[in-house]
Amino acid sequence: MFLKLKTATAAIALSAMAGAAMAGDLVINFDDLNPGPKKGFEDAVAQFQAENPDINVIVNINDREAHKTAIRNFLTADAPDVTSWYPGNRMAPFVDAGLFQPVDDVWADNGFNEDLAAIKATMSRDGKIWGVPYSYYQWGIYYRKDIFDLLELEEPQTWDELLAACGKMKANGVTPFTIGTKFLWTAAGVFDYINLRTNGYDVHNALTAGEIKYTDPRIVATFDNWETLINECGFVDNHASMSWQDAIAPFANGDAAMYVMGNFSVDGYKNAGLTEDQIDFMPFPTIDPSVAPAEEAPADAFFIPANAKNVEDAKKFLAFVARPDVQTQWNKTIGQLPINSKADISDDKFIQEGFALLNSATGLAQFFDRDAPAAMAKAGMEGFQEFMLDPSKKMAILERLDTVQEEVYK
Amino acid sequence: MAHAVLPQTDVRPQPSWMKRNKLAIAPWIFLIPALIFFAIYVVIPIFESLWLSLYEWNGLYDADGNSTATWVGFANYAKLWDDPNFWTSLRNNIAWLVLYMLAVPLGLFIALFLNQTVTGMRFYKSMFFFPFVISQVVVGLIFGWFYNPDFGVVGTIWKAIFCEETTNILGNVTFVCSRPAPDILSSPEWATYGIIAAGLWPQIAYCMILYLTGLNNVAADQIEAARLDGAKGWKMLWYVVVPQLKPATFIAVVVTVIGALRSFDMIAIMTQGGPFGSTNVLSHYMYEVAISEYGERYGYGSSVATVLFGIMLFFISYFLWRMYQDEKGGR
Repeated sequence: MFLKLKTATAAIALSAMAGAAMAGDLVINFDDLNPGPKKGFEDAVAQFQAENPDINVIVNINDREAHKTAIRNFLTADAPDVTSWYPGNRMAPFVDAGLFQPVDDVWADNGFNEDLAAIKATMSRDGKIWGVPYSYYQWGIYYRKDIFDLLELEEPQTWDELLAACGKMKANGVTPFTIGTKFLWTAAGVFDYINLRTNGYDVHNALTAGEIKYTDPRIVATFDNWETLINECGFVDNHASMSWQDAIAPFANGDAAMYVMGNFSVDGYKNAGLTEDQIDFMPFPTIDPSVAPAEEAPADAFFIPANAKNVEDAKKFLAFVARPDVQTQWNKTIGQLPINSKADISDDKFIQEGFALLNSATGLAQFFDRDAPAAMAKAGMEGFQEFMLDPSKKMAILERLDTVQEEVYK
Repeated sequence: MAHAVLPQTDVRPQPSWMKRNKLAIAPWIFLIPALIFFAIYVVIPIFESLWLSLYEWNGLYDADGNSTATWVGFANYAKLWDDPNFWTSLRNNIAWLVLYMLAVPLGLFIALFLNQTVTGMRFYKSMFFFPFVISQVVVGLIFGWFYNPDFGVVGTIWKAIFCEETTNILGNVTFVCSRPAPDILSSPEWATYGIIAAGLWPQIAYCMILYLTGLNNVAADQIEAARLDGAKGWKMLWYVVVPQLKPATFIAVVVTVIGALRSFDMIAIMTQGGPFGSTNVLSHYMYEVAISEYGERYGYGSSVATVLFGIMLFFISYFLWRMYQDEKGGR
């Protein structure tokens, strides 16, 4: 009874906010108020509106964090026709509760099964496809090219080369890696990469799907490699009290030379006063040559809620956002990568390198906290942070994660 | 004047029920709005939360608006028993309760110190009271920076003692330290105490102001009499002044206990419960498992809330009982 009451109040609150939608209206909820992403979205909507004058598009743009809370209410109470959300495990609770509708027909009718093939697995659950992605970005190592030049270092291709490069940096008083683990997820990026290079994409998926334990020898091997990285390379001190933005400071000052990060961080480096000549990008080095290369590439996507009123036009919009020309323009504006393999990319050097990297990848992981369920992600990332502060607690942490895993996936 | 006084009749109309009982009814009429809101926003949610703690629920409704919750009985509480994070939070709650009590004596001493007539005393008093006026969030931020090992006061002092300034490979200024600066908020052992120290700052101010008003009411004749009898210093304080401050002490203890149990904002601002959950308290842990980005376990969060509610209920019942006893005695 009381659960019903809550829905009703939420419904009242939200309907007052969104206003009444009529037939021919297409309501889209979007989740980024930052200038770049907002412009990319608004330009695309304007183009869609121009191509479909009979559809009246109504957009609600919310802040990212607020959207994460609001979506839990509006999907039931006052569903828009299209909403932005994330694929992988992040969409799982909504799919399981029947709050999204499958869009297999949009994929089949527009040839997305071929053009968006790389991301199809991530967009699928229970054998159906649930959304259409519009953008993604690469992860890898951003490094100070000027420091590498001074030390006469090349981009390390293999694990041993990386460790050797680290040795040279340390001998010259440079901390190899910067990182800020206060908000935990940055440590997951490092874990994901070491795991992808040690065990590959399938193990990453099996782990985040709860199919293998954290004390499995393969995962222990990942942690052993991580321990090697901590001991022989090393991260900046006090990383547990820094956010990812705070961690740019030692990188910009030249105290640290490398940063395992996503492409969105480039803006941060430039704002810290670094120029394009001082920074460069390299893929995370190979650890086991027999493991096929897989990369982290979190995607942003659009979904149609089960309660959408204007499904027909919503599907038109989904088909529109994945069109090559639309993805080209949109991603140029927001400085990310289009997913449609027929789209063009901007001539920004990081985008070029990222595009080459992701096109050669055999698997695209979303990110530890998008692939694993929320409770597991939280416990896992706390474990990663604890491990980085004290690697000797490795087995205790892994055993604790096993307990959490048993609980979460039961 | 057409009509004179009406003739008096023998039958007086019986006053209506409302009129007869208005003394009994009026208070309720005034109370009704408050009671309705209190019920909607406090009482009913308490019972909802108790009820929800018996479900497993990710906070979602299906497309038709039905809850996706499933009944699990007391399983959430059984899980709590085996959850190390829960015990860490409970331990931290106790640390908060115990150490927060320092605010009461410290507040008393500052109040005694400030309770003199010196030019500009009002200014000093308001300076001491200042931390209580600013938001807890701001206090958390300030202390977060204070403890920062890179640019905070702690870090700067440390650098002055243990570090020497050099230039790095690019010629930029950097510091090389003989021992790394203490990173209080990232250390699982010290972070909680760091936050409690930050929380004590405004709480001492609060206790101080309570005692300052209390000191105004201390009977001057009793002090005089005690002085004639040769009491001074600690004896005067303990046997003459403190007993007269009993009402202020009672309120100071109450607000401190409640403040310690509600310690949410400082933790949310300074550490988000980190590093790896070691500074969580029950209120923040509840937020984390239910409402935060990685939460989505509303039933479990409600069971944490229920435990916190039980602890608070214990203290609040005791305080209410004490107040009731005092009022009975006072009559």
